[in-house]
Parts: sequence; C-alpha cells; structure tokens
Amino acid sequence: MFKSGNWQNAIDVRDFVLKNVTPYDGEGEFLCDASARTKHLWQLCLTAISEERANNGVLGIDNEVVSGITSHGPGYIDQEQELIVGLQTDQLLKRAMKPYGGIAVVEKACQEHGLEVSDRVKDIFNNYAKTHNDGVFDVYTPEIRLFRSLGILTGLPDNYARGRIIGDYRRVALYGTDRLIEAKKLDMLGLIGPMTDERIRLREEVAEQIKALGQLRELGAIYGLDLSRPAQSAQEAVQWVYLSYLAAVKEQDGAAMSLGNVSSFLDIYMEHDLQLGLIDENYAQELIDQFVMKLRMVRHLRMDAYNEIFAGDPTWVTEAIGGRLADGRHKVTKTSFRFLQTLYNLGPSPEPNMTILWSNSLPEGFKKFCAQVSIDTSSIQYENDDLMQCTRNSDDYGIACCVSFQEIGKQIQFFGARTNLAKTLLLAINGGRCEMTGKQVLHNIPELKSDLLDLEEVMTNFRLAMKEVGRVYNDAMNIIHYMHDKYYYEKVQMALVDTNPKVNLAYGAAGLSIVADSLSAIKHAKVQVVRNEAGISTDFKIEGDFPCYGNDDDRVDVFAKEIPAYFNKLLKELPTYKNAEPTLSILTITSNVVYGKKTGATPDGRAQGVAFAPGANPMHGRDKSGALASLSSVSKIDYKDSLDGISNTFSIVPKTLGADMEQRKENLVSIMDGYFSKDAHHLNVNVLNREMLEDAMEHPENYPQLTIRVSGYAVNFVRLTRAQQQDVIARSFFETI
Amino acid sequence: MSHLPAPIFSLKHLPVLNVHSIESLGTFDGPGIRLVFFLQGCNFKCLYCANPDTIAFEGGNPYATEDLVAMARRQQPFFGKKGGITVSGGEPLIQAKGLIELFKALKEAGFHTCIDTNGSLLNDDVKELLDYTDLVLLDIKQAQEERHRKLTGRSNARTLAFADYLAQRGKATWIRYVLVPGYSDAEEDLHALGQRIMDMPNIEKLEIQPYHKLGVHKYASLGWAYALSDVPANTAEALLKAKALFQAYVPEVVIN
Repeated sequence: MFKSGNWQNAIDVRDFVLKNVTPYDGEGEFLCDASARTKHLWQLCLTAISEERANNGVLGIDNEVVSGITSHGPGYIDQEQELIVGLQTDQLLKRAMKPYGGIAVVEKACQEHGLEVSDRVKDIFNNYAKTHNDGVFDVYTPEIRLFRSLGILTGLPDNYARGRIIGDYRRVALYGTDRLIEAKKLDMLGLIGPMTDERIRLREEVAEQIKALGQLRELGAIYGLDLSRPAQSAQEAVQWVYLSYLAAVKEQDGAAMSLGNVSSFLDIYMEHDLQLGLIDENYAQELIDQFVMKLRMVRHLRMDAYNEIFAGDPTWVTEAIGGRLADGRHKVTKTSFRFLQTLYNLGPSPEPNMTILWSNSLPEGFKKFCAQVSIDTSSIQYENDDLMQCTRNSDDYGIACCVSFQEIGKQIQFFGARTNLAKTLLLAINGGRCEMTGKQVLHNIPELKSDLLDLEEVMTNFRLAMKEVGRVYNDAMNIIHYMHDKYYYEKVQMALVDTNPKVNLAYGAAGLSIVADSLSAIKHAKVQVVRNEAGISTDFKIEGDFPCYGNDDDRVDVFAKEIPAYFNKLLKELPTYKNAEPTLSILTITSNVVYGKKTGATPDGRAQGVAFAPGANPMHGRDKSGALASLSSVSKIDYKDSLDGISNTFSIVPKTLGADMEQRKENLVSIMDGYFSKDAHHLNVNVLNREMLEDAMEHPENYPQLTIRVSGYAVNFVRLTRAQQQDVIARSFFETI
Repeated sequence: MSHLPAPIFSLKHLPVLNVHSIESLGTFDGPGIRLVFFLQGCNFKCLYCANPDTIAFEGGNPYATEDLVAMARRQQPFFGKKGGITVSGGEPLIQAKGLIELFKALKEAGFHTCIDTNGSLLNDDVKELLDYTDLVLLDIKQAQEERHRKLTGRSNARTLAFADYLAQRGKATWIRYVLVPGYSDAEEDLHALGQRIMDMPNIEKLEIQPYHKLGVHKYASLGWAYALSDVPANTAEALLKAKALFQAYVPEVVIN
C-alpha cells in the first residue's frame, strides 16, 4: 500500500516519510470548517474548561489511583461523536497523581485544591517507594542547595518530571507494538558483557521499555483497539499516534512533552485514503480537529508555585510543522495546513504548541497562510529550518519543549532549566556575595579595586563567576538526570526511541540583555557602584550615554554574542552523566518575572526587582530603532554557541504590519525571511493590540481563548498571574505613528 | 541615559545628513518593508503635523552617508521583493545635496529608493536627486490655494509645479493626502485635487491618510499649542466616500 524502502527492514520512520510524503505547493483554499460532530465535542470541552477556570484552575483530581499507562478505565467526551478516543483519566480534565517525581509536590497540589492524597498512596510513597525528588535531595551538595535557594539556579527539574524527551509516536502507527517489542528484544540480545554500570543500566532500561510497550498495547485494548499491529487507515494512524502520546502523558508529567513532527507522517495516510476515495477532505480535517482537541485537553497536576516559572498551566505539546527534506524537497503537506486550520475550527489556543520550521524556500502559499494564522491567532511560533538542518545534520526532528532541536527517535534531551547570568554578574561585582542576602556564594572572587567600574576588572571577575556557577550547575544537572533515570524513567517514550540514543544536556541562561547592556554601560559610560554599609551593591549611578542591545549596534551586540559563547565553552569542559553533549539555551519561559524579583539593581540602570526581558529579547523599551533593528540584534547571537535555542518574542500591533491583510501577510513573510536569512534561530510572533490585553486583564471572562506567545511557548493570557500579565503589556510592542 | 544608537560622526565621510530618527520597520512609507530615515527640519508647519518634533532645523543627529548605506545593507534581508529605503522628514529635499550621495550609493547597491516630500523645493540638486529616486511620495496638503494657506501657512503653487515636473519626467509617484475634517475633506477639495492630477500617467496611486491625533502629545512637550484640538477623527463613512470620489481620477486609491 506504500512505497517500499528501508523502513520495511528496520525501524526507520524517516525513510517511510521520505519515500511516501506528498509535498503540497498550493494554498489553503481546500480546507474545511469544523464538522457538526467536532463542534459538538468542542462545545463540551469549552464548558469543561470554563468550569475548570471557575474551580480555581482544576476541574477534578483522582486522589486514589497512581497514574500509569493502564491505570484508568476508558474516558470519553461523548463516545458516539468521537473519531479519536482516549483521555488521561476516566473523565475529561480530571487530573491524575504522578508521585514518582516527588510525593510532597503531589500532596501539596492536592491540598491546594482541598483534597488529601489517599492514605494508601501516601503510605506507599512515604514508606516504601523512593521518588526522583528523594534521590536528588539525598545527594545534593550544600552549594547546590544554596545556589537554588538564592535563585542563581532556578526551575531545576528536581521535584517534578524533566520532560523534554520526545517519543517517536509515529512508530506505533507504522509498525504496531508487536514489531517494536521484537526490535527491542533484538537490541537486548546485543547488549552483552562485560557488565559495566553502563551496560547493566541500559539492559534494565530496555527491559522497562519492553514492558511499557506491552502496556501500551493494553491501553489500546481498554479502548477496544488493537495497537499490536500497524495502523491501516488514516483514522487508525491518527488514533495510534494519539494513544502512544497519551500513554506518555499518563506515565509522566514532564514540564514539556512534545509531540514531535507527526503531521507530514499522518498526511501519507490521509493522502492514501483520499486517493482511494475512502475519506473526503471534511473527514480528514475532522480527524485532525479531534486529535488536536484531545491534545488541548492534556492536564498535569501541579502545585501553585510551579506557575511562577511555567505560567498558565502549559503542557508544551509541541508539534513541528513544515521544514525541508535533505533531498531539497519541502515537507509541507496538506496536513500541515490542516493542523493550522484547527486554530480557526477550534479557535486560538496555546496547545498544541505549533512550531513552523521555516525555510526561505518553503512554498509561498504556505508562508502566507502561516502569516495569516499568526496575524489572526498569535498562536504559532517559527524556527529556522535551514539553520538547524545544516548545524544539526538531520531533517527529521521535532522541537523539545519550547525551542530545542531534537532528532526524532534518535536523540533525547536532559532538561535543566537555567541559571541567572545577571545575578552572576552581580556576584562578580560583590566579591562573590549575593546582592540580595549578603551571603557568600563564591569564594574566589576578589573585591573590586574601585567602585567606578572598569570593564576589564569586571570581566575578569565575571569570567571567574561564570566558571564557578557553571561548575555547580553541572553538578546539579548530573545528579538530577542520574536520579530521574533511576526513579522516574520515561519507559514508554524511551521505548519509542532507539536504544542508547545520543543525549543533549540542555543548560539554560537568563538575563542576557541585562548583562549586555550592563557591560555596554561600563564600557561606554561611567558606572559607579552604590554600596550599603555591608559593602553590597544596592544601585548604580550612570553618567553618560551608552548603546543598548536591540538597536542593531555592534558596540553592544558584541556582548550579547560573546557571553553565551564563553559560558557555553565553560560548560562543554565539564563531565556529563551518560556522556551527554552540553547545549545552552537563551530562554526564560515566563520566569523572567521571578528572576527579576530575585535580582538586585544591575549596572545597566535596571532597578532591583524589575522583570528581565524574556529569552534573548532586548530589555523592554530600549530597542528604540524599530522592530527590525531589534530582530537584527538578536540574530547576532550565534546558534552554534546556544544549540538548545535562542528564543525571541516579537509583539507587533496589527496596523504596524501594513494597511490591509494582504500587505500584513506579505510584510510578515518578508520579516521572517529576513530574520532567518540572518541565521536567527527562533521567533514568537504576537500580532495584538495592547488595549486588547488591558481589556482582557479586566474582563478575563470575555477572552477565554486569547492566546499570546511568551518565550518559546504560547499561553492563555487570562491564565497568567497579574504580575505576568503586566510584564507582557510592558514589553515592547512595535508600533509606528 | 539615552538608548538611541549614537550616530557615528566622522568628518572624512562627508556629506553628513541631519537625521531626526530612524524606523527599521516602515510599512506605510512606500512599497513593502522600508528602512525610513526621518530627516530633521521642515519648511512647512502644517497644523496637523504628526511629527512636530521634526520641524525645527536645529536638533537631530548627524549621520555619515556611508553609515546609512551600511545600515541599509544590514537590513537588506528584510526587504523582500518590494521593500527598500525611504527618506522622509521633516522635509528631506532641504538636504537634497547630501541625499544625492546617499541615493547614488543606494542605487549602486541595488536598493529601491523613495522620497516622501511636500514638493516645495525644485532646484538642480533636487532634479539630480530624482535621477536616483525610484518613487516619489508627494504630499499634497490641499489643491485649493486659499485653503492650502490656511492649513500650512504657505501657497501650494510650488507643490503643484513639482507634480507637473514629475509628470513631465514620468517619475513614478504616489500622491498622499491627509483628510482633515473641515480643512481638506470637502467634496470640492477632493475634486480639485482629482482634476489637477487626473492627466498624470506617472501617478500610480493615491493614499488617503486618515487624520489622527496620535502626535498631539508631542506638541505639549514642545510647548506648542495644537490648533486642531477640536477636529474629530474621520468617520469610516467619510473615508470610504473620499476613496470612491478619488477613484474617478486615479487608478488606485487606498486608505492608509
């Protein structure tokens, strides 16, 4: 039924896609509206979502059953109308406990919603089973704890699941679980002695994977489906992929659990069935609408504090759409359009986190359609396919979490949140002491000779501080991932990845724009430290002008380029668990607000407590030469030094893009073409009016689906905290008068 | 503390242009995405001017032509098929001599060039500058002399002569017309303009610029009075009506 290839002899989904995909060069005129069934189901979802919002953000919690692949009976929205079935629990939006990350967090999350974890589960996890969180804190060193509590390292996945690993969910549709089990068993046969730590660990992991594949087959049986065999229709392909993803989000509550790049794979089945007249376009769209609807209903049980770092209850079901194949063809299919069309059929939404893999050589019709979707919904983001393909050497990749490249089925990532570079700079200025508490953090930083800051002296200290911070960060990361593998291993996801994959250790850094502007101020103006009686900096007096990052001015942009390069180099010198290859991201999620709170006044003139710019963005209001100068500045950060991703969030008033829709689409396409041809990595696009956001703050009930892009992901605006909402509104909205 | 990019001033790279500000994403000043240089200084003082801070001849930042060309080169990837550089103001033709060097260099580098002008200056420098100009955005404030004086304090004779000159040279031109309620939106105003330009085949487009007060706060900071504070914004109906009326005279009419 499909063109033959190596995919028949080995587990090789890429080969299947390559041989069978039908690139589509046209526009979106073929697309269909939501069917009556879809509308009916979505209405039920919307009702559940509004009840959830009214009920303090959580509709229900199962406090009895520990979640696992087969833990719950079948759940439906309205079974008769559902083409694609499966829920995480037996009831829509009911959340389940996943205590292997840490029981305390689950208990707290339940208590915040007036529930207690059942005695049985408490007993098991407090007295018998050990969790990831227990393991990490057993071995954390005092300095890691100090770095964590002072906010030098933030958001480490040490009390929740690390996420970021993408299973190749396509494999289940293409091969069925029986064949996948067979392949893993064969791998196991090859994993023979000598029985080193590594080898023993891998054998145990593969054994777990094989069990998980069996459970995945059982999950199918719960819904009356036979996942042991390959999918035989478009409907089955979508269903098989979804159930495999569902198994992952039943087993794990990773911060970000991406879907991968399933759309063009599914298109092959759609095309097949359409060609044979088995389905029509209406039905094809219905399958994708219902699939996406299910992805929008994924929930994890989180405690309130989690929101400070990852606001708006995100799940990061990131789906990468478009891009090219290594043979020069592009991978845009009709199903790429169908995925985007869900933003019209079901309305705007942060999830799934649709990411366009942009190449200047993508067909114009698709580019314009993407631009239109951005202008209408602000729900999608863009990444540079040309850049990632040639730097990372793969054309079959997804986006892990927000912005990070991950070859599907061949590589995984160990997520590690981020460190605060602005605070690290202050350590360099304060003899290694924390500027907020006065605590001695680093012990090798000399006091500055003069309070009139000298660039060379500050840089020397800053380099020392980065090295120390990097060392402690590396220690924390190795501990976290060792323990996560040990106590909260991603069985079903890893069952859908090659045995012994390549691993990236994904570090992150925040506060880059503050550091760049601070160093620029020190170099180009006169910056005097104001210290309290204990000798700790409380403020900085700046005399004279200095160039700011975000104006396409090399005198300052050079710092934004060099600092990540230097920090990345330091990280690469450190030993890693499982020989993971270190990568660095310039990304903050929404934690730019909490970072700001934890960081004192900085030499760029930023006052204590003021929010950081998100990701690699210039600081709010300092990019004064218009949007493109700002984009040009960000594009100078070299992707090779920040392979985990360089996030940039771009907000623009619709009118600034042009007088009418046609011009706006054209101009947005030109902006993206220009930005990415400058080797920039990522762009969030918001096309919104500030007034609308202000109104949404006052009347959230009128904007249940208002979606905005934040650093690397999209979020329901009304689900942000007030401080985060204010931060979004305070950012640079490019407008012209 | 200033966050504006500092101009790079070096005597060896004369001529130098006096620049008020630079917009890297111009979408209303010519085709496609434009890098817009707003020059400092204007010989008009229109009552509704949205950029009154560009009127004075003092102030502004000196930029070497070479640096502006470098800026254009850096921004080139964003221009797509249509975009390019627009010089606006202020009144850019006052600095025509310096602009000749800039536009010559820009044309050599293959950029699309555009000037947004009130058309009140036509000397040899301006004529030479037009050799390197792909498109002129000609702001005609009013086609009726008396009402032009009321709005700008000056005669419109030079502007209209400039339009004739462009027509004679066959220079691609877009007419820009601000529709100020009570000052330039009467039917006879529109007919007068339409009749004046209807036989000029070089005019590709007429852009109706709705009247807005977004620049009014700048008057307060300059310590100037804003004479049109009682003038309301255009109604959608009035804009559409003006558009329909102009369509009888010009091939393409848009509301910006």
